[in-house]
Amino acid sequence: MNTTNMLFIDILLVTSLLSLAWATLTATDARRSVILFIAFGLVLTLAWARLLAPDVALAEAAIGAGLSGALLLAAVQHRPHRAVSAERLNSGMLDNEKQNNSNRPDLKSSVAIRWSITLFCIVLAFILIWALLLALSSETSETLAQSVSANLANSGVSNPVTAVLLNFRAYDTLLELAVLLTAVLGIFALSEERTGYLPAGPVFNGLVSWLVPALILMAGYLLWVGAHAPGGAFQAGATLAAAGVVLRLAGKRIIGLPQGSALLMNMILLSGVGLFLLVGLTMLVLGRPFLGYPPAMAGYLILLIETAAMISIAATLILAFLGGRPQNRQDESC
Amino acid sequence: MLTAHWLYGISACLIMIFGLRAALLHDSLLLRIIALNIMGTGVFMMLITIAYRGPDAAPDPIPHALVLTGIVVAVSATALALTLLRRLTEEQDND
Repeated sequence: MNTTNMLFIDILLVTSLLSLAWATLTATDARRSVILFIAFGLVLTLAWARLLAPDVALAEAAIGAGLSGALLLAAVQHRPHRAVSAERLNSGMLDNEKQNNSNRPDLKSSVAIRWSITLFCIVLAFILIWALLLALSSETSETLAQSVSANLANSGVSNPVTAVLLNFRAYDTLLELAVLLTAVLGIFALSEERTGYLPAGPVFNGLVSWLVPALILMAGYLLWVGAHAPGGAFQAGATLAAAGVVLRLAGKRIIGLPQGSALLMNMILLSGVGLFLLVGLTMLVLGRPFLGYPPAMAGYLILLIETAAMISIAATLILAFLGGRPQNRQDESC
Repeated sequence: MLTAHWLYGISACLIMIFGLRAALLHDSLLLRIIALNIMGTGVFMMLITIAYRGPDAAPDPIPHALVLTGIVVAVSATALALTLLRRLTEEQDND
């Protein structure tokens, strides 16, 4: 494609992104804001594809726009009539209702504060743009990217992004899975499963019966293809989680999570971090560095870790959508 | 420096700043969570712009891996924040 056409596409993408971001942030109605946010995520996916980042584009479509959107929509849907606002929290209305409501000044709507925050943001924007353009225009030696391509043959995979995530910087990914586990433990501690989904009508049920198998198949494909093309455990896990979310939206009780066995559920949630750690420690026992796979075995080890990671990522994201630990109810079945 | 660097770099900074301003000024906690997500997206866009090296060169895979990690961490933080918000609303209704 010639340069003029590309420039046209770039300007179109950038203006839609900026205006969607602005519209999302200035919408006063929460539902409107969420829907604009999903649209923003989808346009962003195109921008990632344009900037030659297909791995990120897949993750953005599945996680950033897809699952974040589903989580936010569920939050809006199940919101009670009285929304919690920062205002009321700040003025202490949670603890002692209404008694000191009238004698505290309304800080947030104070014009002086609004303007000083805006001014601060404008100054910060100029500094940020200056710093980023300076970084972009300086000639870098690019040693990290060069060492990635130099060692790609020993990583066990041919997709450089997967090589960085699961081999060269495997430590980061291990900790990232630990972050996911911590988030789901926090969700378990805070709340119980959100209920009240109605059984789907015949049309939606028909859609579900072919969409769910297709999503499971696609998750398997993304996991496998991640070794040599865009894809991998995160995209696959998110796709698998989407299958669970679709089943729940159709009002099904059984959505792919273990029924009635808390132990099995915990095992699934732990499997990503657990297997990753096990492989890392095995390497230590064998006299190699932590997570330093032997090049001949690296491909198999990465696929093994990614499979476990995919399963626990999917379970984590489904549980995040449910909003808590599933309750055991034998009386209902679907 | 490429035209794409200018366009996407400046938009990334603007999106981040829009998000920051809204996160500081919004009253509704749900809208603040959305604003923080948009702010994070601006940061991801900076990283992807830095990784881009023109239509014919392979982009730097390290920022791509960082952004992938970032997207997953952002969604788990959002999920936790939304659960906190739900609990907060329930507590408030019980008062």
